[in-house]
Amino acid sequence: MKKRIYLDHAATTYMDPRVKAAMEPYWEKNFGNPSSIYEEGRAAKKAIAGARLKVASVINARPDEIIFTAGGTESDNLAVFGLARSSVGGRTSHRPSHRPHIIVSKIEHHAILHPCQALGDFEISYISVDKNGIVGLEELKNTLKKETILVSIMYANNEIGSIQPIAEIAKIIRKHGGKVLFHTDAVQAPPYLDLNVLKLGVDLMTLNGSKIYGPKGIGCLYKKRNVKLKPILYGGGQEAGLRSGTENVPAIVGFAAALELAQKDREKESKRLEKLRNYFVERILKMEPSARLNGSLENRLPNNVNISFCGVEGESIVLYLDAKGVACSTGSACSSDSLEPSHVIMAIKTPPKYAHGSVRFTLGKKTIKKDIDYVLKVLPGIIKKLKNISAI
Amino acid sequence: MTNDGVNWQYSEKVKEHFFNPKNVLFDDPEPGQFDAEGEVGSPACGDLMKMWVRVENGKIKDLKWRTFGCASAIASTSVFSEMVTGKTIEEALKITPQDIIKELGGLPPIKIHCSVLADQAFKKTAENWKKSKKAL
Repeated sequence: MKKRIYLDHAATTYMDPRVKAAMEPYWEKNFGNPSSIYEEGRAAKKAIAGARLKVASVINARPDEIIFTAGGTESDNLAVFGLARSSVGGRTSHRPSHRPHIIVSKIEHHAILHPCQALGDFEISYISVDKNGIVGLEELKNTLKKETILVSIMYANNEIGSIQPIAEIAKIIRKHGGKVLFHTDAVQAPPYLDLNVLKLGVDLMTLNGSKIYGPKGIGCLYKKRNVKLKPILYGGGQEAGLRSGTENVPAIVGFAAALELAQKDREKESKRLEKLRNYFVERILKMEPSARLNGSLENRLPNNVNISFCGVEGESIVLYLDAKGVACSTGSACSSDSLEPSHVIMAIKTPPKYAHGSVRFTLGKKTIKKDIDYVLKVLPGIIKKLKNISAI
Repeated sequence: MTNDGVNWQYSEKVKEHFFNPKNVLFDDPEPGQFDAEGEVGSPACGDLMKMWVRVENGKIKDLKWRTFGCASAIASTSVFSEMVTGKTIEEALKITPQDIIKELGGLPPIKIHCSVLADQAFKKTAENWKKSKKAL
């Protein structure tokens, strides 16, 4: 196999070998069900308790505030449905004047947007973002009302990497008072940002293993002690009754190890990647005058590049790059089921000629300057060829 | 499935036409180079297609195109340009999007509309060709 250059770390990451090693004993040797009272079960239970303590200490929470789930999507769903069902006592229909109200940003992941849309008789407000993908704080202030039960705003965006002022948003929500809870989807954050929940001021926070060099299909929801949620899965009552189902012990152990490593390395790795990323962006913009950076370099994850090429379709660029050994992604219409460009690219008001030509490169642990130089070498030819084919 | 990373949901034929599209008009047409042209789509929808045709002795001698489109749009139009060359306008108008998809060895369901674009661009071009004939 030809060497591949993987620049899609926001989609998923390879596993860190140290994470893999931490998981190793829990497949065959310590395979017990944590609910069993005999030795094998106790060993598994102990492993989970250790992982829970580790996750809690990394994010400055208490162990009983960590609910392990099968990933970011499940954690987001648990936050939205769990809170919605708890707040209305299971009712799904309301008098119009009493409809519970939820506020989200326009650039949330579909794992937040779609559960909100599926709620039925709830009022959902979508807060705009500016051209750099940062939520409007004034708009948020003016949208909060007495029926508001939840604000969910992601910590860092998966497409354009914009970082929201979570602590500031939390202050606005507290000032408004009432029973509003604040959830943040932080799945992209751990390798780069501070996860201290007390500093952030959140009530609920979603984390995920597959973006942080950990295993896939595992994540957690941080839930502040006094927050009441109803489960979305019922059964054996694991995870304090909030997430039934036999615990995925190796994945839980791996997730905790990955989270700890991600946070330990984050300052050094952020500096390294930011430098490399800025070099990449600068060079692309210099050699390709029709290219446009989506969002700004300020308040952006250090590993994220999202660039549009005028008049060239994103999917075509991705597939041409793929053929040259480079893995990246696009928010173009043709990469989705909807045939609409990504809602994030649209929310930052990217002009149509550019909206269909967005390409996302997300750097990571194994990315070195040589990889970036290779992309810089092959990219101009690809853009030139596709421009020649293009009718614009 | 191979593991070389270039394997996606498209057929070999789609890939061949996507990576080496046939009959693309690279330079702007010279006066008199074509008998008619047509355009469909819009940049806002992310699919703009232009087509040019030259007819000699009642048959399509040359069909050239350009598209702002994805892999499917590029491959569909490329294969369509090969399918119509040598046919009369009337024969070429009988080619359906389904025929294009069949010739490509299939397209993923969500990509079907991309093949319709080539078909529509040609209808527009043929319409303009007929109009230009009437004017003569």
